[in-house]
Amino acid sequence: MKFGDILLSALRGVTANKLRSILTMLGVLIGVGAVILLMAVGNGSAQRVNSLITSLGTNTLTIRPNGGSGSSEITLAVADKLAHAGLGHVSEVVPESTTSLTVSSTSASEEDVSIIGTSSNYFKVATATVASGSAFTSADVTDAAKVAVIGSTLASDLYPTGSALGQSVDVDGTPFTVVGILAAQSSTGFNDPNVEVIAPVTRIQRSYTGFGALSALLAQSKTSAGVNAAQGELGVELNQLLGVSTTTAAAASAANSTTSLPYSITNASTLLSTAEASATSFTVLLAAVAAISLLVGGIGVTNVMLVTVTERTREIGIRKALGATRGAVLGQFLAEAAILTLLGGVLGVVVAVFLAQFQINGTQPVIIGYSIPLALGVSVAIGIFFGVYPAGRAAAMRPIQALRSI
Amino acid sequence: MTDSARAAIGNVLELHGIHQLYGTGDAQVHALRGIDLDVAAGEYLAIMGPSGSGKSTLMNLLGCLDVASSGTYKLAGEDVNDLDERELARVRNREIGFIFQSFNLVSRMTALQNTELPLAYGGVKYAERKRRAMEALEAVNLTHRADHRPQQLSGGQQQRVAIARALVTNPTMLLADEPTGNLDSESTHEILAIFDQLAAQGRTIVIITHEETVAERAHRIVNLSDGLIISDHRSPDRTTAAHKRLETAR
Repeated sequence: MKFGDILLSALRGVTANKLRSILTMLGVLIGVGAVILLMAVGNGSAQRVNSLITSLGTNTLTIRPNGGSGSSEITLAVADKLAHAGLGHVSEVVPESTTSLTVSSTSASEEDVSIIGTSSNYFKVATATVASGSAFTSADVTDAAKVAVIGSTLASDLYPTGSALGQSVDVDGTPFTVVGILAAQSSTGFNDPNVEVIAPVTRIQRSYTGFGALSALLAQSKTSAGVNAAQGELGVELNQLLGVSTTTAAAASAANSTTSLPYSITNASTLLSTAEASATSFTVLLAAVAAISLLVGGIGVTNVMLVTVTERTREIGIRKALGATRGAVLGQFLAEAAILTLLGGVLGVVVAVFLAQFQINGTQPVIIGYSIPLALGVSVAIGIFFGVYPAGRAAAMRPIQALRSI
Repeated sequence: MTDSARAAIGNVLELHGIHQLYGTGDAQVHALRGIDLDVAAGEYLAIMGPSGSGKSTLMNLLGCLDVASSGTYKLAGEDVNDLDERELARVRNREIGFIFQSFNLVSRMTALQNTELPLAYGGVKYAERKRRAMEALEAVNLTHRADHRPQQLSGGQQQRVAIARALVTNPTMLLADEPTGNLDSESTHEILAIFDQLAAQGRTIVIITHEETVAERAHRIVNLSDGLIISDHRSPDRTTAAHKRLETAR
């Protein structure tokens, strides 16, 4: 019996009971589709997180105080000295003094708006860009002027009918003139970046946060490759400015820990690797759930093949009486199982590729190339693996017994 | 024809001391208790006996569907007991053409596809297979029904397809198990006429039946009872009788 004949008789077997074959294929279809689609969703959300972190700027470094006090506080003076220290790999250092206050216009009011006090160079370092109007100037910072750049959502909330530009907004009772409105940004964390007020750090400190420690410093390295060098330079300079003893600094660097230092420095690449690790485990989790449905689909194939063998015992007897060898009978039933799983698998791929065109819960799935041959291969392997037992039973039947059955 | 002349032609079947046991202990059944039987090429043999006489068991052994507990069985000079599963499949495919009481056609396949089936297992190429299957259907006058499925055919037509399927490999022996058991008298007549014709062409036919009218058409009648051969009649004029019937039928 030739391969083509085996395939043909298997095809006849599959089409003999169409409804059953379709339902079996549906099981495999769902399994394969789920594996590919869920892996694509995991991959898509990982890519989204990555692009968000990259949009923060891969050459941005964040320096946060570690609860220092007195001479080890990171004050505006320290920020100024750091900015003018002439570090080789650092292009900018800007202060950040943040708080959260109620902002209102004559007609509307927003609670818990994040207020960022910073210098005019902030817009070079951070991803925020001014869409209309202009940023405040260094003169505004020196004068502690009551001017602000506000987020796009906040602008339209406070001035729903006209432009907020040139209007006055009240920040906890102090009026600020809106000189610029930010371009809309995608959210990276808990705070909506489109609901914020950016004003000169001097004004924010004078009116709200006081002249003590800043919330953070943002620094920018000249190149993305120089991020780690910039981090090192900033550390050395900060140790000097804050009066950290060389022994403490050496111990901290040896232990690779910043807990004993009055500050900690992070950059986007460390965030990125953390996010990638969690995204990978998320994808694996999704794939594991999908793999279970693929397994269930495989068991469905076994079930159907067992029923088919029982139903067609007489046919097996006839075929054996006409000279079918064990191999030919085994081949036919294995081919049937393989056809069921392969067809189901291919349809599953089609469905998954189709569904991946749509956003799922805000995530655009991105199909992982290897997941298609993987899911297809696994489904056919399952078909053959689970088909071997029923097919073996069919092939091992003695013709006389098989013929006697009704 | 004398017995020595028959031996010269050569025996298609040679059974010697065949015993068949089923089950174990108290439930053991001694279905065949020492069968000796030679069948020459071109013989038309009927095996008769009441139910439980062991004729179905004998038929299964002759058809290589089952293996004897003891004794030797030579089919076309080949000792079947020595063959493995694969070789037995080949023997069933090449040497034996089965005709069953319940036709045993594959219901999903057309008459032509059913007829082709043994050739497919014999590894015959597609075009050649189709040609030979059509020839076999022509021999039973069913070419006009080649594309019909079994359920679209009458019982007599189904059995004719089964005969075509048995003939298609040009086997050493046709083995028929109560071939007219499920048929009305007209179809029975039709099928028996085909057997007569095949016998006249020199086919070796072994037919298992409990009907006298069927057995009468054969050249030789073997009677079984309780797993033993109790009589073995040859009538020299049967051959001519078969010829005569064929002539009058034309």
